Amino acid sequence: MLEVRHLSKTFGGLKAVSDVSLDVPEGSIVGLLGPNGAGKTTCFTIIAGFTKADTGHVHFAGQDITGFSPHHICRLGMIRTFQIVQPFVGLTVQENIAVGAYLHHPQRREAMAVARDVGKRLGLGGMLDRPASALTIAGRKRLELARALATGARLLLLDEVMAGLIPSEINEIVAIIRQIQSEGHTILLIEHVMQAVMSLVETAYVLNQGRLIAHGTPQQLVADPEVIEAYLGHGAAARLQEGHHA
Amino acid sequence: MKFQSWGQCALAFFAIAYLAGVYFASSPIWMGFSINALIVTLAALSWNITGGLGGLSSFGHAALYGTGAYASAILQVKYGVNAWFGLGGGIAAGAAMGAFIGGLAFRYGLKGSYFALVTLAFAEVLRICASSFEWTGGGSGLQLKLMPGLAQLQIIERPWIYTGLLAVVGLVMFLTGLIKHSRFGAYLIAIRENEDAAEALGINTYKIKVQAMAISGAFGGLAGVLYLQLWLFIDSTVVYGSAVSVEALIGPIIGGAGTVWGPLLGTLGLHLLGEGTKSLLPNSPGLNFVFYAIVLICALRFLPQGFVGFAARFGAFNKKERDDA
Amino acid sequence: MSILIVPAILSGMMMGAVYALVALGLTLIYGVLHIINFTHGSLLMLALYVVYFLNLHLGLDPYLAIPIVLPLFFTLGYCLQRGLIAPMSGGSEQNVLLITLAVSLMIDNLALYFWTSNTRSADIAYAYDTVEILGALLPLGRVIAFAAALAVSPVIWAFMAFTRTGAAIRAVAIEKRGAELVGIDVNHTYAICFGIGTACVALAACLLFPTFYVTPQVGYTFVLVAFTTVVLGGMGSLPGALIAGLLLGIIESLCGLFLGESLGQIGIFLAFILILLFKPSGLFGKRAGS
Ligand SMILES: Nc1ncnc2c1ncn2[C@@H]1O[C@H](COP(=O)(O)OP(=O)(O)O)[C@@H](O)[C@H]1O
Ligand SMILES: [Mg+2]
Repeated sequence: MLEVRHLSKTFGGLKAVSDVSLDVPEGSIVGLLGPNGAGKTTCFTIIAGFTKADTGHVHFAGQDITGFSPHHICRLGMIRTFQIVQPFVGLTVQENIAVGAYLHHPQRREAMAVARDVGKRLGLGGMLDRPASALTIAGRKRLELARALATGARLLLLDEVMAGLIPSEINEIVAIIRQIQSEGHTILLIEHVMQAVMSLVETAYVLNQGRLIAHGTPQQLVADPEVIEAYLGHGAAARLQEGHHA
Repeated sequence: MKFQSWGQCALAFFAIAYLAGVYFASSPIWMGFSINALIVTLAALSWNITGGLGGLSSFGHAALYGTGAYASAILQVKYGVNAWFGLGGGIAAGAAMGAFIGGLAFRYGLKGSYFALVTLAFAEVLRICASSFEWTGGGSGLQLKLMPGLAQLQIIERPWIYTGLLAVVGLVMFLTGLIKHSRFGAYLIAIRENEDAAEALGINTYKIKVQAMAISGAFGGLAGVLYLQLWLFIDSTVVYGSAVSVEALIGPIIGGAGTVWGPLLGTLGLHLLGEGTKSLLPNSPGLNFVFYAIVLICALRFLPQGFVGFAARFGAFNKKERDDA
Repeated sequence: MSILIVPAILSGMMMGAVYALVALGLTLIYGVLHIINFTHGSLLMLALYVVYFLNLHLGLDPYLAIPIVLPLFFTLGYCLQRGLIAPMSGGSEQNVLLITLAVSLMIDNLALYFWTSNTRSADIAYAYDTVEILGALLPLGRVIAFAAALAVSPVIWAFMAFTRTGAAIRAVAIEKRGAELVGIDVNHTYAICFGIGTACVALAACLLFPTFYVTPQVGYTFVLVAFTTVVLGGMGSLPGALIAGLLLGIIESLCGLFLGESLGQIGIFLAFILILLFKPSGLFGKRAGS
């Protein structure tokens, strides 16, 4: 569904992303891992059209979308969320979600109905009429997700939707992501919380200093010495094994 | 145009009671003053679309107002066109000028203070041009021939002028409400709150902003044309001057930017204050602006949501609904 | 026509130096406080009136007024920032812009109320003595203004580079939070900076007045020119403001020559729009625009 080929991007002298290629098959959940500053978010901003790549191509649903604007890409059915959540703080939760829903429901009544629906599905039912500024971090992450879903996008690029959450909140959002997938959405997930990623994704790519250093199933990655060395650091492999058995 | 509190109902009631009271006061001064206030209210409603809903605060709204007035005046004076077509031409010209300024400014990503400055510069360029070229009447301005009657949109009886303006202001407020509660309005507000997020959600932010400028230009042009039809005379300072731009933005900010009633309430409040100063201290040019400025500073500090937001706190119907009047 | 071009360029440069001086204050304020200061032109107008009245009532020569007007306006600027703009704006960029706009409305219209819209100037005969440069006859007052305005830039630069206060200002400009953490009083530094910017305007008024005039509206024209200068030179760049000021003086003078006196300023505003649209970072600035 998504094919990324040889993306590169330099900021000043810094190679934030170099020669990254990845595939996301329809219906799957794919992970994009890597330490802080590895270039994961930059990949997302390029794929979603917020930044122009120096070189490389992005194909989505069989179409070359390189250089398309973000709103155009969203209309085609691919949407990104923001690592640093970006709610419309002056609006209510329902109005926030409705902004996404308007994409395919031009009437206010319909858009608000869709927003109510999506909000309820993501466990925001009790907060629909509250201002977005009243949400907790977990609530805001869900709002990001809800707004994205409301656009009717088929491919969701989720940027660290679990960062900063407590374990019970993570379990809830993991369940939500599973449910979204089962409804027919495809997901590309940037994540730091290893435990969650291990149980969610089918395959994952590992980025380090802008380069892809590994690709495979979580089990393969955990065993990959280069990944352990570059990304996980000393002792992390052991912790990971524990997490996986738990 | 839903109200969320008794406070807001009371505010709207006062405004309507005042506007209705003007008929019964049988004072030509009040009537004339209220007529002026309504024309400024139209300019304020125009500013409110971009500055209030879209958060694109323009410091040069005179560019739109003046273009409407000049377009109509030129059509009538130089080409003998009927005033009603002049009205259409003025509205179209205002919209075109709005789209042009917006199209340029937004293409290059101008926001915030930079957008404010570039609109100001456009208004200033237009003012100097209008005062320099023969076609626009140069320094002496343009004067319409006196042809009383509805056929040339020259109404002489003050109560009828007033009634007509009330209807137009009501119509523009109604349109503002429609816009605010449409998809377009929701998109505009989303852009105000967070442009990146809006773009990510599939909103063509550039297009929406330019369209907002065009709508704002149409309303601004309308205000300019009505000013022309009222006074039958314009020159560059009167319609392109900075006073127009300043009045267009102060009213909505004080009344409540991005609300339907804010521009009317703010402008009426300010003009009452201005009129009060005039009657207490006659022959004091500019003093009303001193008070406007003081009120503006106080409003920015103490009433961040303007009158409408302040009134929302009193006797709210439903604690949950917000930002909707 | 071509024999007129060199004098036009030279006289444009003379005026341009004053623009540069006004813009120097504005760009300093922008560079440190990151605010766009609408009061700048009004303060210039106010300073021109002060110079005018000192001359009228005390017979004080505008140049000799400098030691009085400069500290006066430094204090005024300091108090304005610390007492009004900072506390009333609550830190929002939009509010600062609107508050400085409101303050300038207040000053302009109070001037109109107290001093009427009459144009006033002083008869300082020697200011119009002519000096011949490259075949062009230039008023002495303008030449003095040119020289003095040019001399100020290195003084400000040295102040920033070599004094403790200058270092504090630079620190605050680059990293406000960091400066706060190492014990710099940020509000005080902001106000000092605003004061220096206002003092620049006062100096410009003293230099300008002998060959100029004052009305309550004069500030509005100047503030637009100053914005143009600041944007052209790159927001916050001192050398940029200097060069841009000279450039705009020349542009205005040449536009006046070719298009007619009344259209002289059009060149400046068109330049303003073009720069804001195509290169909001200006000729020398690093980044700006959003
Ligand atoms: N707009 C930008 N300008 C300059 N450098 C940037 C920009 N965006 C990201 N970077 C740099 O690129 C690198 C990758 O950042 P990012 O993609 O955010 O990493 P990750 O999301 O993997 O933590 C970092 O070193 C970051 O500082
Ligand atoms: Mg990241």
